Amino acid sequence: MKLLYFAWLRAKLGKGSEELAPPPSVTTVGGLLDWLETLGPAYKAVLADRRVVRVAVNLEYVGPEHPVAPGDEVALFPPVTGG
Amino acid sequence: MIRVQEADFDVGAELARLSEGRRDIGGLACFIGLVRDRVGESVTAMTLEHYPGMTEKRLAEIEAEALARWPLEATLIIHRVGRLLPGDRIVLVATASSHRQAALESCQFLIDWLKTKAPFWKLEERPDGEQWVAARDSDDQAAERWRRS
Repeated sequence: MKLLYFAWLRAKLGKGSEELAPPPSVTTVGGLLDWLETLGPAYKAVLADRRVVRVAVNLEYVGPEHPVAPGDEVALFPPVTGG
Repeated sequence: MIRVQEADFDVGAELARLSEGRRDIGGLACFIGLVRDRVGESVTAMTLEHYPGMTEKRLAEIEAEALARWPLEATLIIHRVGRLLPGDRIVLVATASSHRQAALESCQFLIDWLKTKAPFWKLEERPDGEQWVAARDSDDQAAERWRRS
């Protein structure tokens, strides 16, 4: 599963992307975010306020109940500010 | 037509290209967004970040919605990314129709959407440091008025 991070999420994590393999128990976006928090303090800090984190799976905005699967491209970013 | 690019654009040349050789266009509306200094906050530069792939996809979706809602002959959205300075052009929206109302309304619809829903993020540089711009409620209200009842 490819994870992409943008804006201050990218700055705080120190990386713009990575390949991760969550355990099979992770089946939804919400579950994925919960699991990401366990990877370290930077992840926990970035995901502390879910209201300012938006998620896209395979280029589409999704909610926490949306399923995730190996091979998906999951992007995390703040609410957009437009152009 | 959607373009996401770092390079600046020539407004006159782009508008001329949009209407070149066409006799069905009676009205061409356009909006240019520029980097401005926020009053009292001395923004020295702004970097626009985007999500390659999703940004273009979302712009194409909103362009398709404008083409479905208004009788348009052509649309153009050029959005810059990268580091920009106060006074720099950021975005060009142009819409062409046989009559002015469709061109003007669709142009406003597109820029209202671009200000709220397009996947861009802004990093502002100031003398005292950098700050990511937060999404603004007033922009959401502007976009909300276009929602169909």
